[in-house]
Amino acid sequence: MALLELDDVSVTYRIAAGEVPAVRGVSLTLDAGTALGVAGESGSGKSTLAMALLRLLPRDARVGGRILLDGEDVLAMKWGRLRAVRWAEASIVFQGAQHGLNPVQRIGDQIAEPLLVHGLARPDSARGRVAELLEQVGLPAWRARSYPHELSGGQRQRVMIAMALACSPRLIIADEPTTALDVMVQAQVLTLIKELLAEHGISLIMISHDLSVLADVCDRLAVMYAGRVVEHGPSREVFHDPKHPYSAALAAAFPTVGDPVSRLAPKGLGGDPPDPMDLPPGCSFHPRCPVALDECPTLDVELWPAGPERRAACVHVRPEKAEPAETTLEVS
Amino acid sequence: MTETQAPVEAVGTARPTLLEARDLHVEFPSRGRRARAVDGVDLAIGEGEIVALVGESGCGKTTLARTLLGLERPSSGSVLYGGTALEYGSRALKAYRREVQLVLQDPMGSLNPRQTVYEAVAEGPRIHGLPGEQEVVASALSRAGLRPPERFFLRYPHELSGGQRQRVVIAGALALEPKVLIADEPVASLDASVRGEILALLLRLRDELGLSALVVTHDLGLAWNIADRVAVMYLGRIVESGPVEQVLTAPRHPYTQALLSVLPESPERVVLTGEPPDPTRIPGGCRFHARCQVLASGRAAEAGVDGRCRTEPLAVLPAVSTAQAACHYAAAVD
Ligand SMILES: Nc1ncnc2c1ncn2[C@@H]1O[C@H](COP(=O)(O)OP(=O)(O)OP(=O)(O)O)[C@@H](O)[C@H]1O
Ligand SMILES: Nc1ncnc2c1ncn2[C@@H]1O[C@H](COP(=O)(O)OP(=O)(O)O)[C@@H](O)[C@H]1O
Ligand code: SF4
Ligand code: SF4
Ligand SMILES: [Mg+2]
Ligand SMILES: [Mg+2]
Repeated sequence: MALLELDDVSVTYRIAAGEVPAVRGVSLTLDAGTALGVAGESGSGKSTLAMALLRLLPRDARVGGRILLDGEDVLAMKWGRLRAVRWAEASIVFQGAQHGLNPVQRIGDQIAEPLLVHGLARPDSARGRVAELLEQVGLPAWRARSYPHELSGGQRQRVMIAMALACSPRLIIADEPTTALDVMVQAQVLTLIKELLAEHGISLIMISHDLSVLADVCDRLAVMYAGRVVEHGPSREVFHDPKHPYSAALAAAFPTVGDPVSRLAPKGLGGDPPDPMDLPPGCSFHPRCPVALDECPTLDVELWPAGPERRAACVHVRPEKAEPAETTLEVS
Repeated sequence: MTETQAPVEAVGTARPTLLEARDLHVEFPSRGRRARAVDGVDLAIGEGEIVALVGESGCGKTTLARTLLGLERPSSGSVLYGGTALEYGSRALKAYRREVQLVLQDPMGSLNPRQTVYEAVAEGPRIHGLPGEQEVVASALSRAGLRPPERFFLRYPHELSGGQRQRVVIAGALALEPKVLIADEPVASLDASVRGEILALLLRLRDELGLSALVVTHDLGLAWNIADRVAVMYLGRIVESGPVEQVLTAPRHPYTQALLSVLPESPERVVLTGEPPDPTRIPGGCRFHARCQVLASGRAAEAGVDGRCRTEPLAVLPAVSTAQAACHYAAAVD
């Protein structure tokens, strides 16, 4: 059963210079208890999409389409209901948020705050719950008395995860939770996330530009380019056998150590990321695409079927006789 | 310069040593204690060689790199360039900095937002009074892959992509025609798609200009992508070093094995737990013993070295280019 359904979601920022179409018609489904990875380079719209899910975008952003959480339209929710959803059902770990911990407040108090605010714990019982949450993320209970500067980057990220878990949400949205952490700490945090998923049946949307990390944790992967999903499918298949040239470039960017093909041969993608205010016509990837055809600059790409439970928006997977694509993407 | 010594011949390669750390120690006072950030390092970088320095956060990589650049003074030991010990007078250092250049990652703020690309790249040549400034800048930009260079002269950092900004930083280093680049996490904050481009650029500079490089990173894939040799650092020491193929496909030190095991594709993971290592409290015996999975699993005891793991420190690895590991167990089972 779908926990979250996105139907043709779009987000446009209005700025002085005009309109920035940051997300352009994304349809995705997330089943309860599963994990979806969203990949793409900086500026492709990942964080904008994540924030749209809980209506956390700034006022100058216009959101279109439908976002159904347990069948209920998030975009139509009244303010009170939305607040309840934000703490009881879904919580978000923001990109770089570990730097946003209050430097002069002990971390135990910071974790307890939402519990007290929402009446989920009384001041006398909050301490026990904080200890429990710290333990869940692999930190000793005495760490509640520490200040953020006394913790390493990885430990601060654990605190952020503890805060996200505080109100026992069913869905966690994690934006670049391990970017900028070193390999060993990244492995610790990813192991923690996987354990939490398995033990608590939590659903996860995880955002990263590192496909190998997403393939490791998530059941399914969606790759975004210029505000659109250009490929999605089971994560290991998308990572090991990408159908869209952009996914292929992302997958090749992080080499497998020991693979002779990548030895002394780093693989990159030429060209610059697209300017959302001046997107190339046709397939927006065509100026950087190594396998573009003559028709790509004028082509109407769609997410065509690309194998079992897979779709890709590239002319190279277009069926001989193009059939109309379904609007929602099956995830089950 | 006062002291002249013959450069140590890099064993196993035909490359003569260009830059060398000899029994290097760097200490800082830290909350009433001494942090031994670099605690005995011998390391040689050959002409035209790319060496990757890897290890987890806080192990001393940046401190070692800064000391090699002359930005930090060793508490003991020395840095040798072309066989001559580095001097710390301002004039000697200025001359040295022309030869050995630092490449920082741009998002750490190495570009001034109010300075054009031209001004940013021209800064070094001006300090050193190089003639033909405009040509120097143009050629540095185009060697860094920003072509045609004139198109970038008047741009500001915010008008460039992340990859282009990193190229400007590299161009700034290239403008002085250095012999060695020292790059600290040159691609860590760049997008996956741009990362390969910058790494390819570093490789090309080595091939075309014969540049040497020390690349500091916690990313083993980066070492696999571009380095000839890798040195693995743990708590102020190099614990394993050698040719990339050998060290990264058949690691002998348990710490290197653990680092490789947590890469997303590897089958069996050894996720090290415990607090991050603290350079003010370096353990006795093998400095890795409190976290070592080989000791914890009883394999060290089977090989009869567990006592030594806990009590007998390992010798500093010499600056040779053949594969070596500072581990009692590795020595016993080989
Ligand atoms: N100026 C200083 N004063 C006190 N301690 C310092 C100083 N510089 C570095 N250290 C300490 O020395 C150790 C090594 O630091 P260094 O910056 O060299 O690590 P690193 O390996 O580059 O880590 P990262 O991967 O996080 O960049 C750390 O414990 C650090 O806190
Ligand atoms: N508050 C904002 N105002 C205007 N434009 C924005 C704002 N936030 C993001 N954008 C733009 O929207 C696009 C998508 O950004 P973002 O969602 O942050 O991408 P990602 O998370 O994939 O890096 C980018 O072009 C970005 O510059
Ligand atoms: S549709 Fe054309 S330009 Fe777009 S990804 Fe496919 S081949 Fe490349
Ligand atoms: S010397 Fe002993 S404790 Fe140290 S790494 Fe080797 S096996 Fe582990
Ligand atoms: Mg983002
Ligand atoms: Mg560092």
